[in-house]
Formats: sequence, structure tokens, C-alpha cells
Amino acid sequence: MVKIEGIDKLLAEHPFFKDMPVDARKTLAGCAKNERIEPGDYLAQEGKPADKFYLIRSGALAVECHVPSGDNLVIETLHTGEVLGWSWMVVPFEWSFDIRAVELTRVISLDAACLRKKIIKDKLLGFELYSRFIPILAKRLHSTRQQLTDMYGKS
Amino acid sequence: MTSHAAAQPSPKNDNLADDAMMPAPFRIVKRTQELADTFTIELTPASGRGGAFAFRPGQFNMLYAFGVGEVPISISGDPANPKKLIHTIRTVGAVTQAISNMKVGDEIGVRGPFGSAWPVEQAEGSDVVIITGGIGLAPLRPAIDHVLANRNKYGRFVILYGARSPADVLFMDQLTAWRGRLDTYVDVTVDHATRDWAGNVGVVTRLIERANFDAYHAKAFICGPELMMRFTIKELSARGFADEDIYVSMERNMKCAIGHCGHCQFGGKFVCKDGPVFPYSSVNALLKVRGL
Repeated sequence: MVKIEGIDKLLAEHPFFKDMPVDARKTLAGCAKNERIEPGDYLAQEGKPADKFYLIRSGALAVECHVPSGDNLVIETLHTGEVLGWSWMVVPFEWSFDIRAVELTRVISLDAACLRKKIIKDKLLGFELYSRFIPILAKRLHSTRQQLTDMYGKS
Repeated sequence: MTSHAAAQPSPKNDNLADDAMMPAPFRIVKRTQELADTFTIELTPASGRGGAFAFRPGQFNMLYAFGVGEVPISISGDPANPKKLIHTIRTVGAVTQAISNMKVGDEIGVRGPFGSAWPVEQAEGSDVVIITGGIGLAPLRPAIDHVLANRNKYGRFVILYGARSPADVLFMDQLTAWRGRLDTYVDVTVDHATRDWAGNVGVVTRLIERANFDAYHAKAFICGPELMMRFTIKELSARGFADEDIYVSMERNMKCAIGHCGHCQFGGKFVCKDGPVFPYSSVNALLKVRGL
């Protein structure tokens, strides 16, 4: 119980959980775990089961695309206060990219199997969670479209 | 005419001809290759008399590659050190290619300085937020130099810069030096990178949300591709910036540089004479007109 209360406090501090009803947050805290990733370590690899998503408490994570016979290409970095991973919500629940810690990074991981079970039982909880993911997805899509314009190229 | 810096006359320079259409010969005294397609030249009057070339941050000169043509290029040097006339140029066409091929000692024609300036005096007492991308850092460097030289006159100073890749980051050494100051917040991002890049990857607009400034008491200076400026303005507006506190540097096909030929007409304005620096409030309607 003490452990869940500690995690709930960390969740409450993260922008993702801003204005979430306390009951919903406390329920989700049961699926959460505090983790630390050393610089250079990978916490996800393309094609592997997306069994978690992450809230970044501090540090930076790089989203990398594997390039055959070459170095990985970094296509985005995510920082303190941001959220990583929505593959756990989308069939076939596999990571689309590799994720590497650029520096010492502290995260709260949320277990996907645990979340799915709770969401199936409590639809309102699912709404709370999904309504926080949609704006993030929209923002990432918008950024990706900006990147696609190659706007710094020669005019 | 709005009350922004365009209303001020350009500084008078003894090394230039009285006729604004007559280029004065200058000599290249230093050439630095900044990036694969971008270089910096330092010029001095070919007469050998020396002297200063006064300008205001954000102004541009017309550079004439004799026998090839003329191009408008912003001044990228320090306005407090007018003895050095410095231009940073990206090779994009025949004239810039001709200038790129020049060597130390070669002569080039100079007309200027022309146009409006970044309102650095008006910004005193406020936070200053500089957002730029690609070659757009060059026209803003004089404004950055000015703010840093008068740092106690300003509030928080934020510089956000985006480039295509780490190899395309302009003035990397200076960005690093500015970042090392305790009184300046500098953040750099690239669109993509390899693993040896430890910095940000993502669009420049993503840097805005992490920067600390008071949008209600700040001036923003933006220079870069117009698409980048459009996305940036949207983000700044969402943070609470008023249109009149956002300044943009526009780029159009400038020829005469004194508002006579009409090549750079932008609605009812001439970018060469009324700009290139405009308060966003004076051009926001024009920027929404498709094809203008």
C-alpha cells in the first residue's frame, strides 16, 4: 500500500495526469512502477511486445529508426514531462521504433496488460486515459508533418 | 507606416556612393566555409581607406558579383564592431555561387545598408525570444550580439534554433558559447540525427514549450523559412504572445532595394524598404493570402 501511495504521488506530479480524477489515478497507480534507465540503454526495440508505456520524470529518450547496414537514425527526442509509447494501445501491440536513453532517465512505466484489464472493467477509466493520449498523438502527428516539409531546405 | 524600426534612416557610411543604386567596391579579406553550402565573407573597402560600415541589426546589403548579378544578403556581423562588414551566404543560385567561388582579395560590389531592423531598443525591459531555423540565424546574429552586449537592459533571453541535421547547424561554436552563459537560454534541435548527436531531435516549435519566458512581457524575433515562421507564430500565439510583439523577417525577390522597382512588393508594402523586418501584426493578413 505504501508503495502504491508513493507511485501515486509521482503520477500526480506528472503533467499527463493533470486534472485526472484522483480515483482514476489511484487505480492506475496499481499498474505503475518507478524505473531508472542508464545512458545508452534501450528500453524498447522495434517489433518487440509493447507491454508498457512511459512517463518521463527526468532525462531524455531518443526514438530511433533502425537503418539496415547503418547507424540508427534518431527521429525524435522526448524529455522531462513527456510521454513515450502508444503501441500498447494498437494491435499487434508491438514497438514501432527503438527507444534509447540519451542520458540518465527516470520514468514511471505503466504495465499494458494491467491497464487493459482495468480499462475493460472500467470504461470511464479508459476514457480518462485515452482522452489524454489523443492530444499527444495529434501533437506528434503535427510535428511529424512539419518535419516532412523539410522546411530548412533550400528555398 | 508602423512605428517599428523601419522608420529609422539607415546609418550613413562614408565608404559607399551617394547614389543608392551605385555599388561601392569592397574586397574580401576573409572567407570561412561554415557548412557544405554556406560560407561567411568579411569585407573591407577596396579603396584601402578602411573605416566603419555602420548598420542596424537585421539590415541587408545588395552584393554584386561583377558580371553575374546582385543579391540581397543580410549583414551577419556585430553592429558594435562596424569595422568588420560580415555576410553569411547560402549558395542557392548563380550569383551566390559566383560569390562562393571568390577568394580572399577578390572584389565585390556593395550597396546598403537597406531595410528595417530588429527592434532591439523597443525590446529593452522585456524578455527577448529569438526563434530561427537554418540560414535564418545569420540575420539574427547582429540582434543577438546587441542583446548580449547590453544584457542588463533585457529580461530573460531565449534563443531557439532548428536545423535539418547536426551537419547543418550554423555557427555551432557560437551557439555553444552562448549556451555557456548563465544569463542566456539556448536550445537547438535538428530534424534527424545519428546516435552521436546528444541534442534534441524534433521540430523547432517543440522547443518553445520548454523555454521559460513571460509571453506577456516579451518580444519575439523570428527568422527562417516562411513555413517555419508560420508554425512558430501559431505556437507563440498559443503561449499568449500578442501579434504586435512578434517580429518576422520576410524574404522576397529584392532588386533595387529602395522601393522603386516593385519586385519585392508584398501587398501594399515593399519588403526591401518597409521590411525585411516587420511586426507580425502588420503582415499577418498578407501571410494568409495564398500565392502572395
